[in-house]
Amino acid sequence: MAQTEKIEGVVAQFENPATLIKAAQKMRDEGFRDWDTHSPFPVHGMDDAMGTPRTKLGWMVAMIAFCGTTGAYLLQWWTSAVDYPVVISGKPFNSVPAWVPVMFELSVLAAAFASVIGMLAFNMLPRYNHPVFNSENFVAKHMDDGFFVSVEATDAKFDQEKTVEFLASIGGSNIELLLADG
Amino acid sequence: MELDSNTYRLSGAEGLGRIAGTIGIIALAVSFIGVFMPSREGDPGHARATAKALHMQAAAEAADVADAAAPVATDDHAAQKGSGHTTGRAPQFFQSYLNAFTFWVTVGLGGLFATIVHHLVRATWSVVMRRMYESLMVTLPILIIFFIPIALWGMQDLYHWTHASEASDPIFLKKEAWLSPKFFCLRAVVYFVIWFILARLLYSASLKQDEAPSEALSLRMRTISAPGLILFAVTTTLAAFDWIMSLNYHWFSTIFGVYIFAGAYLSCTAFCVLVTMYLRSKNILTKEINDEHYHDMGKWLFAFVVFWSYIAFSQFFLIWYANLPEETVFFKVRGGPGWMTASLMLVICHFAIPFLFLLSSLTKRCPKALVIAAVWLLAVHWFDHYWLIAPNFHESLVFSWLDVTCWLGIGGIFFWNFWRKFISAPVVPVRDPQLEASVNFANFWV
Repeated sequence: MAQTEKIEGVVAQFENPATLIKAAQKMRDEGFRDWDTHSPFPVHGMDDAMGTPRTKLGWMVAMIAFCGTTGAYLLQWWTSAVDYPVVISGKPFNSVPAWVPVMFELSVLAAAFASVIGMLAFNMLPRYNHPVFNSENFVAKHMDDGFFVSVEATDAKFDQEKTVEFLASIGGSNIELLLADG
Repeated sequence: MELDSNTYRLSGAEGLGRIAGTIGIIALAVSFIGVFMPSREGDPGHARATAKALHMQAAAEAADVADAAAPVATDDHAAQKGSGHTTGRAPQFFQSYLNAFTFWVTVGLGGLFATIVHHLVRATWSVVMRRMYESLMVTLPILIIFFIPIALWGMQDLYHWTHASEASDPIFLKKEAWLSPKFFCLRAVVYFVIWFILARLLYSASLKQDEAPSEALSLRMRTISAPGLILFAVTTTLAAFDWIMSLNYHWFSTIFGVYIFAGAYLSCTAFCVLVTMYLRSKNILTKEINDEHYHDMGKWLFAFVVFWSYIAFSQFFLIWYANLPEETVFFKVRGGPGWMTASLMLVICHFAIPFLFLLSSLTKRCPKALVIAAVWLLAVHWFDHYWLIAPNFHESLVFSWLDVTCWLGIGGIFFWNFWRKFISAPVVPVRDPQLEASVNFANFWV
């Protein structure tokens, strides 16, 4: 049965970081959203070229860190002043200065967890596979000397023929359609 | 005011320095009236008397000795029976004067530290800022002029250990070798001489580099900076001990020098932010010192707000927890009825508000927000020193017009010399090998 294979996206190769940046700018200006650039090393200025908005991770981390602060205070207040009050070196039960180191530590701990887990979540990680790995050329080169732009079929502007044409027009070569796993 | 885009020299900028100098001289002249003003009626003066009385409940023998000594007190303050301590009038002038003096010394020290660290870590971003740091650094030694009045006339008003009534105090006897007026003045001279030599060596090498690009001069400045940092740490700590901590010589805190240093670098950065933004308003150096550098200055402000808080809390926490009478006296006064509000204000205004305000990178990159933060932090830095000094003399929070005039007086002269130095050379180190990298530097910022 001649099954029409499902297209997951398209990938195009570029010469060098400079052409990759130019291509990214054009992709951005064309209005693509579900797309990415791939290079063996970080390319300076790529965030701006791709028009990536500022991450909201920092705000999230800050809020969770403050939750850590509050949580640490409540924990110590409840254990030391409410549930099991013990006089320690003549200090009041609710001795806030003594709580501060733990409040600080728990803020840092909460912030660290929030950063790592939040970063993974915003990047939609972990995931087992990505259609871009179905391209043999990509797999061989993307960690070596290849610079790629990939567009996913979920993008509203994605159109099998037009997107391939567009990638070619901005200087892409070795353009491949990415097929879904068999 | 104009900037020559090739030589980076400012022209027509003398006016600002002249205005600052004039304000300084007028303010100093006005402050001089304060020398002849008695302290206000009903103000018991040295709150240290209270502090000491508390202290003596714990050490009764000490009180006996001091009581015995009181009648033979020969200094000009009225000896007050009971507390065994000379309280009486403590004229306001020198308190405000010392406050202003330590404020501007710390701004200058911050400049010295910033230059030294810049060289030591081979910083790139701050090359464009370096002339400001250096101008602060070379202004620091001239503040020795303002130390002279303290040495000649102020010590009786400020430092209790100079009083004859203290001569038999058991704690004084243990510290007698260090707390001698002559040694005190000699040490001050040594600090200023060390600062002068360091500033001179670094500044002359930096100016020499303006003539021809030279990696060797960069290396030389780095070589000076390494021992310079050690000298800086020792002199700053001892100066803080001498000038501020010894106001209540019964009390001691080994972290005190670090505490003063934290405020010093904070106020220096805030000062440089204001200078940068002033230049920006005149459309000068806007390309060389751009958003990326604002961002870094904002980071420094934020970092030192946190560092100051960390040191301040460390100092408080250990003393509070151990609860040893010889250490608690400092916080007994500042946590007492007269000063608790001021102490809480310090926590809120010097930590909580600037911490939250500077937390986001958006404020760090916004010139207007940075100006607000810098002005705020300079004000709370002054208040921090007020909180260190005033509780030694007053029962509670009181401000005096002398606080303003002394600050303006020393500050005006300080700024006059800073500005004179700043415009006398290219405003950025034009031949520094890293200048271009500094101009083009960008933060990793997502």
